[in-house]
Amino acid sequence: MRQLNCKIIENKKVAQRFYKMRIEAPYIARKAQAGQFVEVKCSCGTDPLLRRPLGVHRVLKNEIELLYKAVGRGTELLSKKEKGQALDVIGPLGDGFTLPGPPVSGPMPIILIAGGIGAAPLVALAESLAFSAKRIAYRKKQKTYVLIGAKTKSHILCESEFKKIGCEVKVSTEDGSKGKKCLATELLEDLLNIIRYPLNAAIYACGPVGMLKVVAKIAEWRKLPCQVSLEERMACGVGVCLGCPVKMKGNKYKMVCKDGPVFDAKEIAW
Amino acid sequence: MTLEVRIGKLRLKNPVMAASGTFGPEYGELVDINKLGAYIAKTITLNERVGNPPPRVVDTPSGMLNAIGLENKGLDDFVKNKLPKLKNIKIPIIASIAGVNAAEFGKLAKVLSRTERIAAIEINLSCPNAPYSPRGRRACPNVQHGKRDFLIAQNESATRQIVEAARKAASLTIIAKLSPNVTDITRIAKAAEEAGADAVSLINTFIGMAVDIETKRPVLGNVTGGLSGPAIKPIALRMVRETYEKVKIPIIGIGGIMDYKDAVEFILCGASAIQVGTANFVNPRASIEIIEGVKKYMAKHKISGIKELTGALRK
Repeated sequence: MRQLNCKIIENKKVAQRFYKMRIEAPYIARKAQAGQFVEVKCSCGTDPLLRRPLGVHRVLKNEIELLYKAVGRGTELLSKKEKGQALDVIGPLGDGFTLPGPPVSGPMPIILIAGGIGAAPLVALAESLAFSAKRIAYRKKQKTYVLIGAKTKSHILCESEFKKIGCEVKVSTEDGSKGKKCLATELLEDLLNIIRYPLNAAIYACGPVGMLKVVAKIAEWRKLPCQVSLEERMACGVGVCLGCPVKMKGNKYKMVCKDGPVFDAKEIAW
Repeated sequence: MTLEVRIGKLRLKNPVMAASGTFGPEYGELVDINKLGAYIAKTITLNERVGNPPPRVVDTPSGMLNAIGLENKGLDDFVKNKLPKLKNIKIPIIASIAGVNAAEFGKLAKVLSRTERIAAIEINLSCPNAPYSPRGRRACPNVQHGKRDFLIAQNESATRQIVEAARKAASLTIIAKLSPNVTDITRIAKAAEEAGADAVSLINTFIGMAVDIETKRPVLGNVTGGLSGPAIKPIALRMVRETYEKVKIPIIGIGGIMDYKDAVEFILCGASAIQVGTANFVNPRASIEIIEGVKKYMAKHKISGIKELTGALRK
């Protein structure tokens, strides 16, 4: 990890309240793994005081992209930053997704499930699944499905990105304005019922806690490996302040920033 | 010109320390810890504590609230597992301790004073997230002050009793960390001094809370938390100044120090050294920048040592 002053290359609105920022950060681009995050200083002064943790959305050559939702003072200030300005960033932080090993027997469906802004880090994951050199050997046997759930049509994020990578994308909305009118978790049940080799599937999820909880339950019931990426209010981002706990089985806390943000769904006390 | 300061038997190469629970080897990739005056470890208790349910932190204007709840693995783990991992830290390591009664504080102080790497002990009399209960399971048998949970540093006789217990158990430098949640901090500081503390560090956090109007619930899992950051600096300065006028032992100033100017303000008000806490989360290099800044300030104002600046506030 490093603390860097990064130049903002682009900061644009992609949907209502959703923004995409591209920053020049060769070090982070070189080191970042899918699922890791950066801590961004949103204000120049002391309000808000703390940095904001944002998942790495895409890793490019010398640059990284952040996709975020303007939900509070910090992210609203961030959305107003302009091209050419400097951004104080610490990263890459945390423990990212563990990519699946080679398929044991038969094809291995890889399922990414995103709720709302949860799509952001899953794009990085889909890209590493598709493009990392190590995986070329078993790419033919590993097909990636992406399930995106959102409140309404305009909140569906990254659909075209996932398609460009070559994933099969299915969409659901709560109001039925696009795709099936249901929650993303229902898409997961549907998919597991129709795909071939469902017993070989591996699940990766990021989204609201309610969604993750249901995904974890489905995975547990079907005995499928499942990794979830969590969100929590954070201060330091490196494991010093113990401010971002998640309760694990056995009445222990782990820190989202350092032990996560990606966890094995089985270990969490949902 | 020298930045060296002495706190009890402790000799620090500069007056800037990292406050308990806000800094650690995790920052090693970003900052050279060995440039600091001292490193104060996260508070430990005799037995493991799991800490409070989330959320544990929240932003507030120019500050933050925390309700960690003294999560730690206990004394044995600290001595056996944590300390050996700090072998790259060459500066003095100060242990921070908290307990539920005088006996626990005594035991912690005794074990730590026999632990080679520990240079001093800060007794945390003021964690707002783990109050001291005068009755019930957590009772301190000789102290009865009504039914309400309170912080040790909210009560003179409790403060005296705990500091005495630690003093008896350890020959190391003992620093009493005080709470601002009191009507008169100087009386508590005086009690700590009389009981044998080598120094007082002030202030810990203010008890506060944040509310989510959509869910109509408190934001923090623990309902209340400790307020820190630049928002509390003016009150911390006032308390350091008041305490400086009443006690003779050194004062370690804490409270919203973000840059060298803040640090100099505390020193002028009477601090012999300072601790940087919340600023570490915002800018991990804050402490190092403060050391450089204080050095430049001293050169500019032709000051030969920190002692010359301590309490040099003009009327």
